[in-house]
Amino acid sequence: MTGQREIGIAPRHAGAEAVPQAQARANAGAEADAHRRARVLMKGNEAIAEAAIQAGCDAYFGYPITPQAELLEWMARRMIELGRVFVQAESELGAINMALGAAATGARVMVSSSSPGISLMAEAMSYMAGSGTPMVLVNVMRAGPGLGGIGPSQSDYFQATKGHGHGDYRVPVLAPASIGEAMELMATSFELAERYRTPVMVVADGILGQAMEPVDLRFRTPERRAFDWALTGAVGRPARVIKSIDLDPEVLEKRNLALQHKYREIARHEVRWEGWQLQDAEFAIVAYGTAARVASSAIAEARERGIRVGLFRPITLWPFPEHELARLSRHLDGILTVELSSGQMVEDVRLAVEGRCPVAFHGRMGGLVPTPHEVLGALKALRARVDRTRETGHRERVESRGAFSRGHGSDGDGDGAGIHASVHAGERHGGRR
Amino acid sequence: MTLRTPATPATPGASAARLIYRKPDVLLDRSTHYCPGCGHGIVHRLLAEVMTELDLPPHTIAVAPVGCAVFAYDYLNVDFVEAPHGRAPAVATGIRRVRPEAFVLTYQGDGDLAAIGTAEIVHAAARGERITAIFVNNGIYGMTGGQMAPTTLLGQRTTSSPNGRDAALMGYPIRITEMLAQLPGVTYAARGTVADVASIGKLKAMIRRACQVQIDGGGFAIVEALSNCPVGWGMTPQESLQHLKGPVVAEYPLGVIVDRKAPGAAPVPLQPATGPEA
Amino acid sequence: MDLRPPVPWAPLVIAEDRCKGCELCIAACPRSVLSLDRGRVNALGYHPVELTDAAGCTSCAFCARICPDAVFTVWAAPRPARREERPR
Repeated sequence: MTGQREIGIAPRHAGAEAVPQAQARANAGAEADAHRRARVLMKGNEAIAEAAIQAGCDAYFGYPITPQAELLEWMARRMIELGRVFVQAESELGAINMALGAAATGARVMVSSSSPGISLMAEAMSYMAGSGTPMVLVNVMRAGPGLGGIGPSQSDYFQATKGHGHGDYRVPVLAPASIGEAMELMATSFELAERYRTPVMVVADGILGQAMEPVDLRFRTPERRAFDWALTGAVGRPARVIKSIDLDPEVLEKRNLALQHKYREIARHEVRWEGWQLQDAEFAIVAYGTAARVASSAIAEARERGIRVGLFRPITLWPFPEHELARLSRHLDGILTVELSSGQMVEDVRLAVEGRCPVAFHGRMGGLVPTPHEVLGALKALRARVDRTRETGHRERVESRGAFSRGHGSDGDGDGAGIHASVHAGERHGGRR
Repeated sequence: MTLRTPATPATPGASAARLIYRKPDVLLDRSTHYCPGCGHGIVHRLLAEVMTELDLPPHTIAVAPVGCAVFAYDYLNVDFVEAPHGRAPAVATGIRRVRPEAFVLTYQGDGDLAAIGTAEIVHAAARGERITAIFVNNGIYGMTGGQMAPTTLLGQRTTSSPNGRDAALMGYPIRITEMLAQLPGVTYAARGTVADVASIGKLKAMIRRACQVQIDGGGFAIVEALSNCPVGWGMTPQESLQHLKGPVVAEYPLGVIVDRKAPGAAPVPLQPATGPEA
Repeated sequence: MDLRPPVPWAPLVIAEDRCKGCELCIAACPRSVLSLDRGRVNALGYHPVELTDAAGCTSCAFCARICPDAVFTVWAAPRPARREERPR
């Protein structure tokens, strides 16, 4: 993307000092030197894997599932070359629990999967959130629900940000929009996991996983910390226990309060987002990942047509950049949220916007990707609504779902695809501009 | 205070009192939540004795189950991680792979290992993971109030088989240790019981062998300890041990099922392959 | 807890506060020198086991081997002095 970019990252948390430790495994070895500062064409899945390796990943556990099998295969080759740990588990359930064990010893651990496999990992993620066990989980999202399809999707937003497993917990969620950014965020995700003692999710989609882009293989290995909680064998110290259970309700509440305090700290210090062309914007498109790239193309075209629109791109889906979006929404006439789903992040957008301006939605499901043309159409529809509102003085809630420009008109029979409904007026919008 | 200090002999030249048995320190001085007469207490004690004899506690990273023994870490003074129900062998695999020098132990009940965790135990065994698995089989789900387990005997009444286990509806008991023993990755698989003092001695020897296998660099080792659940079975502790000696042992034969590293046994590749030539 | 044998001599030191009165030791004891003290209740609410005949105990430690709560510390009685004392 060209143009002025503003990356918002809250001030770094002045937490525990990292204790550098000579870890032979953390140094990727002579072979990695050859990769340093090289610019290579890489498939997303493999780039994510290599970035994790260079970020010092000690152990990878996984299970084959499309569209991230290449990540596992890259790890199978490279981790063994480097003398690190690779296990193809018997299932995603096995993989995440192996990760739980390895992470409990203080190792830097990663697991990857795709949506149906991520569902199997909910239990262990809840356990690790409850016990304060750091690890990184990469979800290369595919279309669901159920077995679904292997096309790209963003329909795991709720799963990632709203708990995934049982209990009162959050997990930081990072959403790259390019392969280069995905590589950068691998190091960030290990840092966050270890600094805050939490599992961290990185959500990509099938396009990011499968596409090939030129990337700078920059060598960034987060410092190793000394952990006073890791299980290493109780030599000359009291035995340690890593657990999430507390049957005494008062004790468990204290544990939960401590978790909530941690999440507030993360929300205070670790929000990341990108703004593009927002300085003079009347409208904004809120999108992440691949949807943000599609939106960028639509924005470029919209600007040529005189629509003053910019992109607000969350990079952390949790903590969601709600304050920044709220501030922005004061100056906007309308917001369009674009997702590869039925509309999940749009709920958080609406919560942040608190009705200051209309929030419209456009999305595709099933593995389909919205086109810039569709997005532009939705943006124009939003602008038309806003103009009508000005004329009539009557605020209408704007929603649009489904296909543009595919000949799906409004047929009034209430089936989801291709119907554009205005909630208040009950007015249906047929056809496309 | 050292227990080696003898009591003052009554007369010169007499020997001091000799210490015959004391509880190992790694078993903490804490009353347990287990029911009176529960075999978990016996198995914990045997484990503590063996670990002390082999000098394992400083190197041990153990995995606790979900079940009556969920608080095992409150009683055994070693590094412990809680595993989700059934997942202990996978958790132990993760520990073993990143900590080649540790002594890795899992402790599971029959629900944990033979029901929800069947995939995890089979695959840890298949991979020949160098871990020692302690499997306490009392044929019932004690912690949740006495429901049927995959190892419950036919005809046995439990809260979820109130008319007795019926094979047509509920299937047959599983001899999972025999199933696992077929896998070449399993170095040692044995079954003992806590039914009486002699059996307890044999069980201890099995636990010791299973730990030694790991120390010697062998593959997967499992000891199944047939145990009791007086409350779940509706018996007194003494009656429950008699029940163990009778119907339970009839269903689950005692003995060493396989010991692939016993003297004279044919060597098998036990370390998971890591090199490119594998 | 002091695990040294009591004075006057008894071969067993029993951690009464951990005993749950399960009676497995009583059944295992080949000398029948153990029984529950039904006149007392410990902090857990059980009748703790007691050694009823110290002289009859052979320090076989069967009780210790079967006890699920590891309440027993077992000592063997001091040997009496030899009749002919040898210089050391």
